[in-house]
Amino acid sequence: MSQWPFVIAAYVLAGVATLALALASFVQMRKAERAAEALKRR
Amino acid sequence: MHIFANPVRFLQLARPLTGWCGWIGAVLVVAGLGAGLFLTPPDYLQGETVRIMYLHVPSAWLGMAGWGGIAVASIMELVWRHPLAGIAARAVALPGAVFTGICLATGSIWGRPTWGTWWEWDGRLTSMLVLLFVYIAYIALAEAEADRGGQGRIAAIFGIVGVVNLPIIHFSVLWWRTLHQGESIGITGSSIAGSILWPLPVALVGFTLLFVSIVLMRMRAMLARQKVEARLRRMGTEP
Repeated sequence: MSQWPFVIAAYVLAGVATLALALASFVQMRKAERAAEALKRR
Repeated sequence: MHIFANPVRFLQLARPLTGWCGWIGAVLVVAGLGAGLFLTPPDYLQGETVRIMYLHVPSAWLGMAGWGGIAVASIMELVWRHPLAGIAARAVALPGAVFTGICLATGSIWGRPTWGTWWEWDGRLTSMLVLLFVYIAYIALAEAEADRGGQGRIAAIFGIVGVVNLPIIHFSVLWWRTLHQGESIGITGSSIAGSILWPLPVALVGFTLLFVSIVLMRMRAMLARQKVEARLRRMGTEP
């Protein structure tokens, strides 16, 4: 049994999950801070 | 620590730290994982699957350290009523759960070609799965409490009680000698060959910095949302 497909699967899974978490956190932060800033200027 | 209980002071520090931790963490993660994939030799026993260790170990560390962080923040919330402590605990929960999930998934993928099974009800695996469930329960509890206008005290108590699982995870490989191998890295040294081990601390520090950056982003989002809610409430009550 070739072991590389298992190694690649682990790296893809961890990479996608970490990237999605970081990206979602960044988007939520920007959205929330922009809303706070917009309300402050009103 | 009390100095940073003030959200304004915290934000002054968190804004530059978010980017620094995020970018340095990302570079170290890419360097550590790249070295683990292409520069280290395969293990004489595990073969190529040893490369999964560079993901599995940092995610296990972050899953456990994350709950440790929740417990410390929960104590600070209950004892000193720090306004940021509850926010910090809630901000850690989701990344902690995600990395616990990554740890379980990568361990399972490693187990299939090495042990011949995706899953085994072994002490380490089961206690790690319990940690994932405890994270999910904490997230649900904290959300429900916030929805009902609670002060986060129930979630804080749960955060402290849940810490009992951490020593169980740590000592599980000593208490129940089943399928999961014992400690490979200790304070006195490591049983892993240096030629395979060296990218691990690079990936470990990288993932930790990335985790800190993600937690800071989530805390900043929560603080901004609180600010919006407070302002809207004030505007609603103004004549």
